[in-house]
Amino acid sequence: MEADLSLQDRKDLDKFIKFFALKTVQVIVQARLGEKICTRSSSSPTGSDWFNLAIKDIPEVTHEAKKALSGQLPGIGRSMCVEISLKTSEGDSMELETWCLEVNEKCDRDIKVSYTVYNRLSLLLKSLLAITRVTPAYKLSRKQGHDYVILYRIYFGEVQLAVLGEGFQTVRVGVVGTPIGTITLSCAYRTNLAFMSTRTPAGDEVLEYPGVEDSQEVCTTSFSTSPPSQCVFSVTKTQLQNPKPAVMDTLKVPMMGLAFSHQLCSSRLSYQPPTLGSADLLCPAVLNATHLHQIVNQGKDGGVPLGPVQLLHGTPADHGKISTCNTADTTQHVPATPSSSGEETEAMTRSNETKSSSPTNALEATFIRKVGALVNKPTTQVTTASLDLPFAAFAPKNFDLEENDIMLHPNDSPPPESPLQGSLHSDGSSGSSGQTQDDFVMVDFKPAFSKDDLLPMDLGTFYREFQNPPQLSSLSVDVSAQSMAEDLDSLPEKLALYEKNIDEFDAFVDTLQ
Amino acid sequence: MNCRSQVLEVSVEGRQVDEAMLALLHTILLHRSTGKFHYKKEGTYSIGTVGIQDIDCDFIDFTFVRLSSDELDRAIRKAVGEFKDALRSSGNDGAGQISLEFYQKKKSRWPFSDECIPWEVWSIKVNVVNLANEQERQICREKVGEKLGEKVINIVEVINRHEYLPKMPTQSEVDNVFDTSLKDVQPYLYKISFQITDSLGTSVSTTMRRLIKDTLAL
Repeated sequence: MEADLSLQDRKDLDKFIKFFALKTVQVIVQARLGEKICTRSSSSPTGSDWFNLAIKDIPEVTHEAKKALSGQLPGIGRSMCVEISLKTSEGDSMELETWCLEVNEKCDRDIKVSYTVYNRLSLLLKSLLAITRVTPAYKLSRKQGHDYVILYRIYFGEVQLAVLGEGFQTVRVGVVGTPIGTITLSCAYRTNLAFMSTRTPAGDEVLEYPGVEDSQEVCTTSFSTSPPSQCVFSVTKTQLQNPKPAVMDTLKVPMMGLAFSHQLCSSRLSYQPPTLGSADLLCPAVLNATHLHQIVNQGKDGGVPLGPVQLLHGTPADHGKISTCNTADTTQHVPATPSSSGEETEAMTRSNETKSSSPTNALEATFIRKVGALVNKPTTQVTTASLDLPFAAFAPKNFDLEENDIMLHPNDSPPPESPLQGSLHSDGSSGSSGQTQDDFVMVDFKPAFSKDDLLPMDLGTFYREFQNPPQLSSLSVDVSAQSMAEDLDSLPEKLALYEKNIDEFDAFVDTLQ
Repeated sequence: MNCRSQVLEVSVEGRQVDEAMLALLHTILLHRSTGKFHYKKEGTYSIGTVGIQDIDCDFIDFTFVRLSSDELDRAIRKAVGEFKDALRSSGNDGAGQISLEFYQKKKSRWPFSDECIPWEVWSIKVNVVNLANEQERQICREKVGEKLGEKVINIVEVINRHEYLPKMPTQSEVDNVFDTSLKDVQPYLYKISFQITDSLGTSVSTTMRRLIKDTLAL
């Protein structure tokens, strides 16, 4: 009976359970980050390390866990679950495991709260640390990166194991009896790794979060401005098959993208929220991954590769509605938030532009332009209208190019299709390449990904200017003026000089050793 | 009291012996260690924090968690190294058993020396296999990784039965229960011993003699 428990004990127990739940989430999420964990022992207690274990607290994870708990504690019938899922670069996703923290009615009244329960909870956390390295998802999470990312989701309430497919296995991490119930920590993990087997929602299954295609839900998303690649969004379902007491919080955080990931790889850094539909834009059914790919493909011009594309509405700093598609199908991901100064993401911080010229595409593409690595500048935002496309001069100037070519090379069969080819021809026809380049290469050479409004000189200009540097003065001495004989004559003098300074040379060599 | 005893069995290739033993011993010690105790007035004490770290195995597809204590790691590695050397010197079809025993010291009156009373013994039976080619080795890597995973689950299962643990000692008694010689963690008093079974299956008793010698030396 709870009356047996003193008030202080009850308070302590509640606190223990609360922090145990938070630490459990931290351990599980950190174990799926894909990195090795290392924390230090400290013989002098700091007072902030719960359960005497040095487990780092990732703030976003704590925040999400607290949000999921919404001030409640795991209790009888109210389990806290952490679901780990895998999402490929093509957009397929699959739930891998569900960790459940449950409480049942079996009470152990005689146990001492502040001592035994605390130590046993500590032991349980250690067991959790050990077991999280043993389930199959651990190996998968260590290899995440280009092809897939590992995501997590915290929910509170009833455990949903049907998403794990048939034949899932269960591992019990441990139990701790308390005066108000027995705490059980267990993990159910999928054994059937065939894709697509559980993605279609069954009739009575509630979609935890919208899938990539055919989303029936309206989602609002807000981007947090904390470390990039963080998307936090809450899902409100328009179709609720099972009434749930609390709003499901979904946090998809690509594990590698969290702040303490030191090894940055462009494809690991972020994750886009799933499709958003707002009433005035395309219906969600259109905004599916494959469709986006088509749209994106249409934007390709003459084989110009499209790099990371991020389509966003709203200003960078805002939390705004996303009205365009997710780009989960592109293998490169761009951080959701632009505040990436200081992050060494050079490869991916230059967002590319695309021609969204498809007539059926009502997408309004807003591109967040990112500055190169370690540049502490605010990002600029470019709308479609003012886009300067790479090789933009191609399109209108193509015609001119052809004209020029025809004029200069009437005998050439098909006119060159690119300025590069044109310049090749021009080299052949006239002597100095510098001059003819002006004829055949478009005036504004805009290499891809290079434009930057903030620097006075762009890469193209730089390239052109320094393509033909002047000769080094030492090399430009007219060779004919010097004869071999003169060289040989001056040789003895040089040798004599060197012999005089031999001590100096020796001393120098010694310093090198 | 009765000492509970657990036996784990693994079959590994020669070069995997080290890591397999380390993985299992460290997993057990992770659960059987606390932070350093700091005794305060009136018999209360506070406990230090232990850190943890992931260790990847080179010859096995496995990662295990151990305490962040280099001293402890060195001690375990030394014992495992001796075990491996003994296994190797015993011949090709090596089989042996390494035991991790947790004990309590009980002070006896003079002239009797202190008793060591074990309260938990973990025995890991090792069977060394020889593999013919690289493909078999690759399969062995994965299989042993899975097996070790199962063993870790077994260990966790046993530990979470919450059976007998020594009472938390007072300051004067702490050395009878815990090994306080390390500076960052405090495991329960333990000792590691091993036996090599030769090909006939009979056990070699040199290490048993050593155990007795140790007991007497205390």
